Amino acid sequence: MTKYGPYDPTLDYAPGPAPTRKGGGVETPSWKPLHMSRRNFLRGVVCSGVVIGGSAYLFSTTTPARSDTRAVERLVRLTVNGRTHSIEVPPNETLAHTIRYRLGLTGTKIGCNQGECGACTVLAGDTTIYSCSTLTHRVREVDITTVEGIAGPDGALHPVQQAFIDEIAPQCGFCTPGQVVTAVALLKKNPKPTIEEARLAMSGNLCRCGAYDHYLRGIMKAAERV
Amino acid sequence: MAYKLIGKNFTPPDIEAKVTGAATYAEDFRADGMAHVKFYGSPMPHGRVNNIDLSEAEKVPGFLTALLPDEVKQPESPVGQAILSDEAVYFGQPILAIAAETEQAAADAVAAVRVDMELLPFVTNPLESLQPDGPNALNGINVAGQGIDFQELKWSGRDFALAGEETLPLGTPALEWSFGDIEAGFANAAVIVEESFVHASNAHHAMEPRSAAAYWEGGKCHVWGSTQSTAFAQPGLANLIGISPSELVFVSEFCGGGFGGKATTYPLMALPALVSRKLNGRPCLLRVSRNEEYNNGYARAGFQGWAKLGFNNEGRMLAADIYVVQDLGSTSGFPDFNNVGSSAIIVFQPEAIRFRATPVLTNTVPKGAQRGPGENQAANMLEPLLDKAARELGIDRLALRLANAPGGGVGAKYGPDQGPVTSAYLREALEKGAEAFNWEERSKQSGVRNGSKVRGYGIGQAYHTAGSNGFDGLLRITPDGILHVHTGVGNLGTFSYASTSRIAAEVLGYDWDRVVLEYGGTTRHLPWNLGQFGSNTNFTMTRTNYVAAMDAAQKLKEIAAATLGGNAEDYELKEERVVKTGDESVGMSFAEAAQKAIETGGRYDGHELPEDINPMTVASASAIAGTGLIGVAKDNLPKEGTVPALAAAFVEVDVDVETGKVDILDYHCVADCGTVIHPMGLAAQVRGGAVMGFGLATSERHVYDPQYGRPNAQSLYQAKPKTYLDIPTQMGWSAVDLPDSQNPLGMKGIGEPLEGAASSALITAISDALGGHLFNRTPVVTDMILNAAEGRPQSHKPLATNTV
Repeated sequence: MTKYGPYDPTLDYAPGPAPTRKGGGVETPSWKPLHMSRRNFLRGVVCSGVVIGGSAYLFSTTTPARSDTRAVERLVRLTVNGRTHSIEVPPNETLAHTIRYRLGLTGTKIGCNQGECGACTVLAGDTTIYSCSTLTHRVREVDITTVEGIAGPDGALHPVQQAFIDEIAPQCGFCTPGQVVTAVALLKKNPKPTIEEARLAMSGNLCRCGAYDHYLRGIMKAAERV
Repeated sequence: MAYKLIGKNFTPPDIEAKVTGAATYAEDFRADGMAHVKFYGSPMPHGRVNNIDLSEAEKVPGFLTALLPDEVKQPESPVGQAILSDEAVYFGQPILAIAAETEQAAADAVAAVRVDMELLPFVTNPLESLQPDGPNALNGINVAGQGIDFQELKWSGRDFALAGEETLPLGTPALEWSFGDIEAGFANAAVIVEESFVHASNAHHAMEPRSAAAYWEGGKCHVWGSTQSTAFAQPGLANLIGISPSELVFVSEFCGGGFGGKATTYPLMALPALVSRKLNGRPCLLRVSRNEEYNNGYARAGFQGWAKLGFNNEGRMLAADIYVVQDLGSTSGFPDFNNVGSSAIIVFQPEAIRFRATPVLTNTVPKGAQRGPGENQAANMLEPLLDKAARELGIDRLALRLANAPGGGVGAKYGPDQGPVTSAYLREALEKGAEAFNWEERSKQSGVRNGSKVRGYGIGQAYHTAGSNGFDGLLRITPDGILHVHTGVGNLGTFSYASTSRIAAEVLGYDWDRVVLEYGGTTRHLPWNLGQFGSNTNFTMTRTNYVAAMDAAQKLKEIAAATLGGNAEDYELKEERVVKTGDESVGMSFAEAAQKAIETGGRYDGHELPEDINPMTVASASAIAGTGLIGVAKDNLPKEGTVPALAAAFVEVDVDVETGKVDILDYHCVADCGTVIHPMGLAAQVRGGAVMGFGLATSERHVYDPQYGRPNAQSLYQAKPKTYLDIPTQMGWSAVDLPDSQNPLGMKGIGEPLEGAASSALITAISDALGGHLFNRTPVVTDMILNAAEGRPQSHKPLATNTV
């Protein structure tokens, strides 16, 4: 951004880039000369209409690199919610993708696909994992539980689910499956958490609606009922 | 009045699906043979496409088709937003789309496309674009906005030189209005506060990216979209796809967060439908990634601003002079600027004001409404100035706010025309909150140091308009006696689609378990309703459901009179029966009346409809005609004036002056939302709004590399919304709970000011802990706090924006 000023009343500030001294005196630019760093130089070049390949702009692109074509599908046996599935999965496929697209269990959500938000949280045994950041082939030997496997076989809600309903914890509901799974895992390991323990245990699950307080209330209520 | 349902908690019908994973969002759509769509986003902030080479992409196994910019409808205005464009005006803007058998194949094909682009001049700082030789975000255009012709506007070098580096240049505005005599106001002022400030833009970052799915079948296009609104979004989406609304079946049962960013429809929602059409209607799913959501998911508009406020000895605001430069983003954006001025009027009720604004285009994420668009930035920018005035006047910060806040219901003034409001109880909210928070006693601890932590207290206030009118209500009573309330408002996650439907049940005297809500898609035969945005749902939808229920009540009485004798006025509704007043043995059940309505036909079962209802309502009512007693009406209830939602909040913080960390210790918010419909739903909004506000106040912002125009806050960890670890241990709330004068049951909305009250309260609390230091910059991030505590200069330039 061009720097004008400090204000000099002897200058004529007509619209335009180059102030000229009134009365035809010597021109004294009142802003800093262009700082000709390498970055500014580059910018000058690209702004001057040089045609460049889209993906060459600063070596940047908005699309990821192509996948490894050697990634051939391999048969795995995957146990999800107590059911064992034999499915063909390429070695670079994430568990979130397998669950959602091959097994049709869409309760597990992909919020960020990069291990930030926790919407894809599932249980591997009793441990919570981000299924978006776990390769399916790595969990062949572990029992996976998704949000669909939290309620009882008769459809009876888990105390965490019921408490979340009672406390109106979900708002938009997109992060809720992850919140449910993490809370269930917490109460398995620590049936009577303090609110601070619950807060820490849940901290890997973001909620953009900001319903944290209501989820925590739900967990404390569920802990009384478990 | 004792209500059966209003003011009572209930379990919203969609909440169980949310905790079991059964809730289906747009990306959960599945169909046999479904193709996957990906798009190529611009790698530069402003560039013209010279050539697209698909030859390598077409060789990718699984490639199906590509959709190019010249195959889609382009916006009529140069500041509109295209579905696909060959002149990208922001980083990540979709240029072309590819469908393939799998998502990986689609991504591989997109990576194999060669797009030759020519970089054009770009700008990320609005003030830079206003400089005499500043770059324009669009060719020949740098200023636009609602009510403003798009144009090239440059200020003179004199404007910039006069202002210097630390003050906003006050160049020619694109918009100006005023009332009262501000010069006289300043002349009479005991204290004048004058400051320049910056408010960052920030991403919506809804947890659900704006994925969409579509297919064509039987001459109709079926779309699953992620939007806050259902009925209101449908015609716009049909227009984007290029079909008539009757050709579009639209499903939006769940929406994984919107916050204004999915207020209605948007260009990306049309993309899978257009690709599907090229594939003869084959189902197509567009899964939008987090980065793509950032780039295309809208954002709150930032501001560079200046304000001069004059107060008398009692703290009354005599004059306000406000100038804001809005960062519009790369399209005509959202008129946040208007809302800065209007919220200053309603919250402060100044005796005179001049408001000037210049909205400027930048090559940044297109801006949309974000919770309290303009109003919440106004709160964050202006509330700290009230504190400064109170300190200079030597009066309590609460007293200064009470001297200005509108209260007592009607009588407050709104807008440059000083029009009426339907109810305003901000003063009462402040008083109620101060009492619950124990402001007078607690705020004496202000500045008390414990180790490295300093205690601070803050008050925030915020506003948003909270209601509209003129939309339709539709319900039916089926011969089994069940009440079906058809609601087209949308399902944002506030459960207000359900709570506002309870008004129909209340009017008709229904038990809630005998009510079925019809919502979530056009197949549910929806009336024409306003979208679920702008804090309007409570006011607008309680009115539509009220008029539809009153219509049904009248029809029930007429049927009873025709069947059992007498006049309609002789009958009343009691326990799901329509009975003769004074002799309840004469009467019939609603179920019997519904059966009778079908036999009678005409207006009773929907075969004859009111002439003033919207064509969408006509189509929906016609589709359910003959299935029961139909209640249908347009909301023609009187509405004079603006409906204001108002909130006041109180915060207690500890600011660690060695680390810059802020611990929020206590929070209390009071909502002025008229009669409370659903207390727990309101509690969830108060607390959730506050959490969002805490992020707005202290961590969320857009950051661009000014040299290359690349965004650097695309991910959640960069954009920094708040987590479990950031929230206070206590979050109290209450409501004024006084009825609005122009809603039949006294309700009005509240969603947006709940955030702005929290954010501005937090900013003033941090400032208070630091002895009243004004940051004049939102968000107040950790390093700014540390610099202020250490007495060091800040690392940012005073008016710099879109940067760290």
